[in-house]
Amino acid sequence: MSAPTVTGSMSSLTLGRRRHLTDLVMRGLCGVAALGAAAVLLLLLGHVVIQGAPALSLQLLTSLPTPLGVEGGGIAHAVVGSAIMVGLGCLWGIPLGIAAGMFLSEYAGARTGSFVRFTADVLSGVPSIVIGIFAYTIVVAPLSGFSGLAGAFALGLITLPIVARTTEEVMRLVPPELREASLALGVPRWRTILAVVLPTASTGVLTGAILALARVAGETAPLIFTALGNNFFSLDPNRPMASITLTIFQYAIWPYEYLHRQAWAASFLLVLFILIVNVSVRLAARNSGVR
Amino acid sequence: MTSTGPPIQVPPRSGRLRIAIGQGQGRIADRAFQIGVGLAAIAIVLSALGLAFTMLQDGFMAFTTFGPTFIVSTSWNPVTHIFGVLPAIYGTFATSVIALILALPVGIGAAIFLAEIAPRWLADPVAFLIEMLAAIPSVIIGLWGLFVVVPVIRQFEATVGRSLSFIPFFSGPAYGIGLLAAGVILAIMILPILTAVTRDVLRAVPISQREAMLALGATRWETIWRAVLPYGRSGIAGAIILGLGRALGETLAVSMVIGNMYQITPSLFAPATTLASLIATQFREADTELYLSALVAAGFVLFVITMTVNILARLMIWRLTAGEGVH
Repeated sequence: MSAPTVTGSMSSLTLGRRRHLTDLVMRGLCGVAALGAAAVLLLLLGHVVIQGAPALSLQLLTSLPTPLGVEGGGIAHAVVGSAIMVGLGCLWGIPLGIAAGMFLSEYAGARTGSFVRFTADVLSGVPSIVIGIFAYTIVVAPLSGFSGLAGAFALGLITLPIVARTTEEVMRLVPPELREASLALGVPRWRTILAVVLPTASTGVLTGAILALARVAGETAPLIFTALGNNFFSLDPNRPMASITLTIFQYAIWPYEYLHRQAWAASFLLVLFILIVNVSVRLAARNSGVR
Repeated sequence: MTSTGPPIQVPPRSGRLRIAIGQGQGRIADRAFQIGVGLAAIAIVLSALGLAFTMLQDGFMAFTTFGPTFIVSTSWNPVTHIFGVLPAIYGTFATSVIALILALPVGIGAAIFLAEIAPRWLADPVAFLIEMLAAIPSVIIGLWGLFVVVPVIRQFEATVGRSLSFIPFFSGPAYGIGLLAAGVILAIMILPILTAVTRDVLRAVPISQREAMLALGATRWETIWRAVLPYGRSGIAGAIILGLGRALGETLAVSMVIGNMYQITPSLFAPATTLASLIATQFREADTELYLSALVAAGFVLFVITMTVNILARLMIWRLTAGEGVH
């Protein structure tokens, strides 16, 4: 980077122009990359809406599959199955995750903390299909039967480490002065955590929990080994259970046009749910000033 | 961490007794609460350990039956009961590497744009859209891939690929489904994490690094290329490996577009399989104990690979962002 001299002024002018051009082109390419990546989502959503929205009807949501090859029918069994399994999974995974997050942020010493944190990160990095195999070997195989409960177990296991880590992170953001003030008033530690720290961090904790729910609502791989899928309407979590994602997977592969349409419609429904949850949670978090 | 400290000296009698009792109860409740949340943390540790242990146990039969040939054999034959996972390991890495090659320039470019170039009013919505891409379920990306992306790739293979068919990578018939399709889909799926982590890493680069370069008369791009990117190098490497970890374990979307052929071929156009896809598609057909054990063992191999890769990524990102408050 020598300063341009008088004699070198001519060449430094062209050099400057080239540098300027490189600058412009590369920055432009970065912009193209970012907008292109965003455009992929819009393209995908566009297809899901165009293919899925027209196929969505009340009949689809309220009726059961017809015999294979017979047009018509619906995915009521899958919607109900998904709701039950996601609900049951979150029912155990999220509270346990929040509790583990409390431990990490409020109690754990440096060494215990980093060990638990590390295992949680490993667990959340495990492919969901591996979680499915695990659920199969410890729930399905011993009980010798596929069931909605096994599916719920697998889904809950996926939420557990995610919720634990998000809970820990937001609870750490709560200033220590708040805890000290509460403790100084003679409030026991557990009540300080539940009545002072947790409410202060509640928006973040809730955000993490709801995002984990949206995440497992879209899971398929673990359910292959646990819930198995079911073509009939079932409210009994002890039996094999259908889910929206399993249904999409199956219908996409079967060679029937009307089932492809139903797969798109089911995708539209699922994407709509996931996007609404994501957007509203983010808006709520922004309005309350967290993140 | 703060501790409850020594008990406050409370004068006995005269109405203060209630507080003293309250404190005694509080002590027990405190203990119970701490044990309760500690158990939740233990549940996480037990799950991770249990996962590794049970898979090793259930895959043991396959591991002992075939020994090291389980990893290096290319045959997967449920009829003769000879199982080896090399083609699946090959497919797993091949698709992930294709995905990285495709996603890397886009992801880093996008991260540079979001962190260094774009004004906030543009960066925020674009970052949001890219982030939302990660929220789309795998099975839906697979559906879109199968019906929308695969035909485009088949077209590409039939035209551009045809004229390059003397290169082994681009040989063979244009199926559409295959390694390339899986790689493209995976690239889309790892783009969000690549972009998000790289953006965070770039944002953690001190402003003085840029100012010094700009003060020397460098253009914005030269600043980014020579001062910002090198500073964030190890963090970006971490982001890449994190993306790799994602790609290696991805199941549904891949299994829908890869064709599930058990073979090792150099051609990107040929159908192949991955460990995850193998397990997902064959699981329901596993009718003998050894067959099932082989699938679980394949799962264990996948677990070990992704765990190694993830731990490596975490270490690299931690090393860079330690103490700077970036996750």
